[in-house]
Amino acid sequence: MEKSKKEVLVLEDILGSNKKIASSIRKKLEDKGILAVNLLSSPGSGKTTLLERIGLRLKDHFKVGVIEGDIETERDAERIRKIGLPAWQITTHGACHLEAKMLARIFDQIPADLDFLFIENVGNLVCPASFDLGESLRFVLLSVPEGDDKPRKYPEAFITSQVFVITKSDLLPYLPFDAERVTAEALEINPKLEVFRTSALTGEGIDALCQYLEKKLQELRTQNA
Amino acid sequence: MHELSVVADLFTIIEEQARQAGATRVTRVRVLIGELSGVVPELFRTAFHSYKKGTIADKARLEVKITRVKFKCHGCGQEIKTGDISSPDFSYACPFCGSKEVELISGRDLYLEKLEIET
Repeated sequence: MEKSKKEVLVLEDILGSNKKIASSIRKKLEDKGILAVNLLSSPGSGKTTLLERIGLRLKDHFKVGVIEGDIETERDAERIRKIGLPAWQITTHGACHLEAKMLARIFDQIPADLDFLFIENVGNLVCPASFDLGESLRFVLLSVPEGDDKPRKYPEAFITSQVFVITKSDLLPYLPFDAERVTAEALEINPKLEVFRTSALTGEGIDALCQYLEKKLQELRTQNA
Repeated sequence: MHELSVVADLFTIIEEQARQAGATRVTRVRVLIGELSGVVPELFRTAFHSYKKGTIADKARLEVKITRVKFKCHGCGQEIKTGDISSPDFSYACPFCGSKEVELISGRDLYLEKLEIET
């Protein structure tokens, strides 16, 4: 007997299941008034160090928690715990990005009375951009030693973020990194980006970034009220 | 290299759709990959053909259609279908009015468009 072939029209979003889990996480966090921030960058551009600085600056007035995404080891979570903040490590054992279902697995451990939840993604400027984690804000970081030609090379990370942070700005006098040019290029890709220039070493820009975060938390809670 | 994760999610949908349609085998899979989806078509193909072994789609052909990036200009309201985003001449500004206030409206999507099945 001849087998009959037929076509089935599906039109289903392949990442639909990730988006669904992410939406449910976002709703739970926003209902609790928690501002969640997903940080994307290459390895070594200073995500953990920036979080240490922001954490120290915010922790006297706010409850801050950090989810650390890494391929292996608990090192980053330990650094965050050292400054007195709760941290939850997700090790992906090879996967190059965090997915919403990985967060869903540890979600019950997140205290409901947090103000800020930072999610440090796996160091990678490519893959994490495709996965919504249920954050309210996405930060893309680029450090001065990485070079000022990156936004157009990694457009998805810049298109999907709301904030662009140039880190290690204390190195600007020593390296051929044109901060004006990189800012203009990032804004060309995504005109809505808020841009900050920071140095964990000198403290440049940390206050401004924290004030921005406090403003965003306020906005979230005003929306809820 | 997150293509394998994407392919794993794709196969969850394929198997569910095949079950609903009463398929004994899936012979063709057609996907739409947005130019700015972050997925590399070549790596996606490799991941697909290694993942399919032992599944209902283990002999399936894969067809990939790349969907181009599309922007909407907030300056003049026109829709902009762009050229090749990796070209050095590529511009994110509106070619009609020069406005830089453009917003991406498609090109990030990953869709399973259709399946060919045997019943």
